Amino acid sequence: MTRSDVQLMLDVKSGDERSFELLLQRYRTPLVNFLYRMVRSREQAEDLAQEVFIRVYRAREEYVPSAKFTTWLFRIATNLALNSLRDHRYQKLEMSIDAPLMDSEEGDQRPFEVADKHPTVEQELVEEERKKMIRHAIEKLPEKQRAAVLLHKYQELDYAEIAKILSCSESALKSLLFRAYEMLRVELAPLVRRGKEAK
Amino acid sequence: MMSCTKMEERILAYVDGRLKDSERSETEKHLASCAACRVRVNEFRSVGELLDELPQVEPSPAFDVRVRARVAAEPVKQSWWAWLRPSPRIAFAASALLVAILWIDYHSTVIAPLIPPDEADAQMMQDISVMEDHDTLANFEPLKELPPAVDNADDADDSDHQM
Repeated sequence: MTRSDVQLMLDVKSGDERSFELLLQRYRTPLVNFLYRMVRSREQAEDLAQEVFIRVYRAREEYVPSAKFTTWLFRIATNLALNSLRDHRYQKLEMSIDAPLMDSEEGDQRPFEVADKHPTVEQELVEEERKKMIRHAIEKLPEKQRAAVLLHKYQELDYAEIAKILSCSESALKSLLFRAYEMLRVELAPLVRRGKEAK
Repeated sequence: MMSCTKMEERILAYVDGRLKDSERSETEKHLASCAACRVRVNEFRSVGELLDELPQVEPSPAFDVRVRARVAAEPVKQSWWAWLRPSPRIAFAASALLVAILWIDYHSTVIAPLIPPDEADAQMMQDISVMEDHDTLANFEPLKELPPAVDNADDADDSDHQM
């Protein structure tokens, strides 16, 4: 029988290191994906995900299952990501204006993504352009809205859980999500229309 | 009849299928009569589908190795007694210190006057009147056994003559 996250964490608390390994296997991909979409850097996302796991491990002695494990886990991840983005913003401000600009959308994700099933070169280009546009639209969202959309869309957490992670009320979260999806609807308008025409 | 503003609050939950039955039927009634909200619902669904197109990323093979290495490097938390157990030297030093403290405490209790300081002061004040009472001192038996007092003035004269 599969043990719940809370049970695994309680087992880690009582000294079972293998339960921590199971939690690592269960959440490594969702966490790295979430952080990657937040900070847009593979290296940074992995560093932050490592930090999340270490913090969970360090807190094992004091762990009390008062909330869902995922709420706790993604709360740590969200705070780390928001802090990292803030620190990175300061670093960017300190950079010389003469420094060559990099295409942030391309980033370093290419070797990192799971490959599609052998499309033609033209299809590949169109697809890549489409993904680039979607990534860019997500990236343009204010950080808190971005975190809310990622937790809602990719982690499929319920509103109450996301609200706890972002330290806001459920109604404030719904309003935040509505504004975020409105912005995405505007940003992705060409793709949204194309999608409708195709139906 | 539901307003478009109310619809804004519910649109995501409706698209996600997270509305209660009563709320959903109320929302669908509004959508049946409001073309603008219908368009918005379709576009929100379309945005959701577009977000699904982004590929999943996989952590690099080194990721797990690094996490395990960091976990292994974490200091092991132990209780007080567990901290003393693996180090007999620390345990011995702590025991010796404890014995020394107890020994000093015991001896200071034996050597120190048993009368509390305030009572000792009061006793001394009572003795002063006795010391000042000449008759008591003159009849004090132990003092009678002492040799007679030497006249210091005579001594001084003698020393002058010797010089």
